[in-house]
Amino acid sequence: MGIGQSLKRVDAYEKVTGRAKYTDDLAPAGALVAKVVRSTIANGRVLAFDLHKASLIPGVVRIFTCFDVPDIPFPTAGHPWSTDPAHQDVADRKLLNERVRIYGDDIAVVVADNALAAEQAAGLIGVEYETYPPCTDAEKAMQEGEHPLHEACPDNLLKHTVSQAGSFSFDALSKEKDLCVLQANYTTQVVQHCHIEPPVSYAYMDSGRVVVVTSTQIPHIVRRVVGQALGLPFGMVRVIKPYIGGGFGNKQEVLYEPLNAWLTTKLGGRAVKLELSREETFFGTRVRHAMAFSIKSAIRSDGRLVAREGWARSNQGGYASHGHSIVANAANAFRMLYQDEAGHHFDAYTVYTNLSSGGAMRGYGIPQIIFALESHMDDLALAVGADPIDLRMQNCMKEGYVDPGTGITCHSSGLLECLEKGRKATDWDSKRRAYQNQDGPLRKGIGMAIFCYKTGVYPISLETASARLLLNQDGSVDLQLGATEIGQGGDTVFTQMAAETIGIPESMVHIQSTQDTDTAPFDTGAYASRQTYVTGMAIKQTAEQFRQKLLRYAAGYYKKELENLDIQEGFLVEKDPQKRIGPLSEMAMEAFYSLENAQHITAETTHHCKENTFSFGVCFAEIEVDIPVGKIRIVNLLNLHDSGILINPQLAEAQVHGGMSMGLGYGLTEQLLFGEDARPLNGNLLDYKLPTSMDTPELQARFVETDDPTGPYGNKSLGEPPCIPVAPAVRNALLHATGVGINRLPLNPQNLVEHFLHAGLIEAKTVEGGRQDV
Amino acid sequence: MYDFGTIYEAKGIPDAITALMADENAVVLCGGSDVLLRVREGRLAGRNLVSIRSIDDLSGILQENNETIQIRPATTFAQITQNELVQRCIPTLGEAVDQIGGPQLRNVATVGGNLCNGACSADSPPVLLTLNAELEITGPNGARRLLLEDFFEGPGKVNLEHGELLTAIRVAKKDYEGYFGHYIKFSQREAMDIATLGCAVQVKLGAEGKTIEDARLAFAVAAPVPMRCHAAEESIRGQAVGETLYDWFGRTALTEVRPRTSWRASETFRRQLIYELSGRALKAAIQKAKGEGSA
Amino acid sequence: MRIIELEVNGKKTEVAIDERESLADTLRERLHLTSVKKGCEVGECGACTVLVDGKAVDSCIYLTLWAAGHKVLTVEGITGPGGELSAVQQAFVDEAAVQCGFCTPGLIMTAVEIVGTGRRYTREELRKMISGHLCRCTGYQNILNAIERVVNETHKAVGK
Repeated sequence: MGIGQSLKRVDAYEKVTGRAKYTDDLAPAGALVAKVVRSTIANGRVLAFDLHKASLIPGVVRIFTCFDVPDIPFPTAGHPWSTDPAHQDVADRKLLNERVRIYGDDIAVVVADNALAAEQAAGLIGVEYETYPPCTDAEKAMQEGEHPLHEACPDNLLKHTVSQAGSFSFDALSKEKDLCVLQANYTTQVVQHCHIEPPVSYAYMDSGRVVVVTSTQIPHIVRRVVGQALGLPFGMVRVIKPYIGGGFGNKQEVLYEPLNAWLTTKLGGRAVKLELSREETFFGTRVRHAMAFSIKSAIRSDGRLVAREGWARSNQGGYASHGHSIVANAANAFRMLYQDEAGHHFDAYTVYTNLSSGGAMRGYGIPQIIFALESHMDDLALAVGADPIDLRMQNCMKEGYVDPGTGITCHSSGLLECLEKGRKATDWDSKRRAYQNQDGPLRKGIGMAIFCYKTGVYPISLETASARLLLNQDGSVDLQLGATEIGQGGDTVFTQMAAETIGIPESMVHIQSTQDTDTAPFDTGAYASRQTYVTGMAIKQTAEQFRQKLLRYAAGYYKKELENLDIQEGFLVEKDPQKRIGPLSEMAMEAFYSLENAQHITAETTHHCKENTFSFGVCFAEIEVDIPVGKIRIVNLLNLHDSGILINPQLAEAQVHGGMSMGLGYGLTEQLLFGEDARPLNGNLLDYKLPTSMDTPELQARFVETDDPTGPYGNKSLGEPPCIPVAPAVRNALLHATGVGINRLPLNPQNLVEHFLHAGLIEAKTVEGGRQDV
Repeated sequence: MYDFGTIYEAKGIPDAITALMADENAVVLCGGSDVLLRVREGRLAGRNLVSIRSIDDLSGILQENNETIQIRPATTFAQITQNELVQRCIPTLGEAVDQIGGPQLRNVATVGGNLCNGACSADSPPVLLTLNAELEITGPNGARRLLLEDFFEGPGKVNLEHGELLTAIRVAKKDYEGYFGHYIKFSQREAMDIATLGCAVQVKLGAEGKTIEDARLAFAVAAPVPMRCHAAEESIRGQAVGETLYDWFGRTALTEVRPRTSWRASETFRRQLIYELSGRALKAAIQKAKGEGSA
Repeated sequence: MRIIELEVNGKKTEVAIDERESLADTLRERLHLTSVKKGCEVGECGACTVLVDGKAVDSCIYLTLWAAGHKVLTVEGITGPGGELSAVQQAFVDEAAVQCGFCTPGLIMTAVEIVGTGRRYTREELRKMISGHLCRCTGYQNILNAIERVVNETHKAVGK
């Protein structure tokens, strides 16, 4: 085995036997149950509570309201702490909020003996509000000033940034011959992560410290934020992360752990469990931001992009969460993916509204901008009569590119090869011709879209990871990390990395899957597709050091030349001539129990990563559209990725499948709807249209492996990218099939029918046509 | 844990009726996939439940002496789809209920519940409406019969008094013999979804399959209640089978329906579906009648 | 509280329950069968799927009372006495059909029902048969591969 081999998941056995314990499986019997009381308005202020009826419910232990919590605002984003106050996350909420900013805001909490009593009591609490008109629209929110959601932002504008390069004027450009100028608007909808395990934690006190067991992607950050929110020294907080049932960015946020931790401190350290219902996750946690875009481009008839300008307006919802960084990331991708001859200008705005708060979700702003940008590229291709693949090849980021905004360098790119391979595999050229000028109700089309994606967050934010290796008596090693397995296969590839570098089989690596901040070395956690890269660097560095320690000890024990020693397949070997000396277990026993030279061999290092690199990919979608009912059927869906060297091809492929499915849901069916009162209308898994197995086509994943010089094993980001290009690829296939470009997600039947009616592909049906005379 | 009061497992139909009459707030529970959800949502919180799921007389599918098919209300969707009698005589019903929810749900949810909760989006009513299904309702004063078409009174409201139970659904031989049907469920997802529109058609062709001897059309979600479209049916009765029929059929249906705009779908979109699916369902039913493969 | 008797994973079991409990509640909290996961509690996600008399049901919308006198099977009941994996479990491991693992036990139980029929199914039939489960990690691709593989292998074995 080793790098590049499809090792079976190290946690697969536990998971298929049902033995893998998730947070709720571990909660102690008899734990108290907390239920958050939620506002029934989306904008206003809590004036008073009537707790009388609720307090009479048998089993109710305590009720706390927003008037009881510490006056400490805290941030919730799962970002590393910034030592620069200007870059710190916005601290805009308390444990419970008096100022109501979203429907279902956390205004009080009931703690009871059992869930039923807590729920009953929560429903009986009377609340008196001062209500303000809710605002769900970002553009309108920027004009409203009477009741800004946050005092620090009178016009509800959290932040505005500009990305700019070169100088150009569209007025001047539009006078040039041989140049086409095109402008269009694109919008994306609110969607939700829908990890199948709901957010859940339980907290108790042990030896005077607060312990929080939680379903999180970021245990060390949870520790810090709990400390901040409760005003506790961080060392007084211990966070434990067991197996988690998916996160996709929603658990890269410190949502209810601080409240849960505070409750146990108020209840004598008794264990308190706080679990959200599925319905609560749709307003009480995070969503993917809805964004509106304008893009205007000038393109030469030979296909060269001359200049682009545009803006993005990100609907933040009620709380800052990750703040402006998500739309700023979108603006970066606008700049990075294509390089304009003259320059570009892009404005990014983040605006508070009363919608569910936007936060991190797989792709972090990139699915939104890529929908807009890649739709726009096909509009441009149509305008100048270019082939969409050729147009992208001509203008896209190439190896050696250095981003002017961040300094990130393109160290390797397999994008062009992905495009070539996809062109062949999908029979692109002949299908593009064959599907031209169709008529009839069923039409086919083929489209594609590309993306680029960073690997981790450097230099925008800190990148650091630690790893610890401990030798066991049998020569096996324990691998301890602060990085987290969240379903993506992290523990398996970390195991492969350690095995590869030390020179032992994977069966001799025991990874500690549960992160306990008392023992797990520091790592910021699972996000930004960073762990195989940044944590991978820490593992490699630590394993090299560990290996050197083993070799040094072996040289003394076996009395051999250090330089001629190696570890291979769990054995110490002499390199020249090649000869096995003995199994590591032999040396390990000596190291542990030698009366002369006992050593407990361990290694622990921190890697401060000051590097970044781009991964790339493309989605090809072939569709058939049933025009009269507006339904898209996916005929063929293929993602090709350059994520550098694959650590585990089988798991990489599985990761791509999941991303494609999420991208398809984004493209076709998923949309969290809100009423005018800003209340979610379809916040449950029946009405929110997460794709089922019957909505998902066969998913094809392929790779172009580049050996990235900065990746610890030549690898680059993979976790988030697969979901990015699917929606625009489908949209572009629809454009190809029908000539109708739809710039608003999702591409659901009603949206299509409206556009087809408008385009005259469907005749409007009046009531008069029927044969009532017969 | 569900927030209901008590649960009483009724031992027979009279026992269930007695239990219901003894508690004016009691709710009938069968498969649970609807009532338990409403308990959880709070709409039925605290109420006492009378369970009829163990009553043998309420379950099963049989053919009466006159070849009327009797479907008992506590029969699950899975049982209906797998039933040989259904497959032979009224296959459209089995096909329609096989599109409800997912497999686990179809193992517990019942056809009686699908009718009695009065949802305009339910999938079994359109097909049963096109089969002229008749209901038997038993209450403290005995049994009464009424056409399914007269059962639906408004959204979530059906012609059922407290203390009454739906005890049988009947489809007479004259209403299935010689008929071929088709049901189209149009939804956002292909499983685990409710219908944006449901369209059921039954047709009986004349000699040599050249004319429409009879046609029946019914919808889910085309109005506040499941509905038949008699004018559309009349518009093609006696007409020659051919491509123009589908357009007439759909256009006439549009004169009868009353779709609404909701967050689930706009009226314009639903009208387009009503028009289009009427024709498609009719075409598929005619193809089946002619033995041209099953659509 | 009342005491009911049922068979859980092949063993006669008496358990005292509140009659308002779902089967998922009882299996998790009283019998500690925590493979039964709760993802929605309204029968939409399928994570709590168990077999009752061989048929898959969402145990979150199934009252425990109804299971009295019946046979309930969970993933704990299909793992061999020495921890050996069943064919379905092994196929999930081999085909990388497991990611976060939260939907996995429920899906395995549906697969057990499918495999138990001894019949072969097309890919499309299998898609429909697992459509009562939501999975956010896999796009269902490898889950289908796993089930298809074990269905085919079982069919071959039965055929011999």
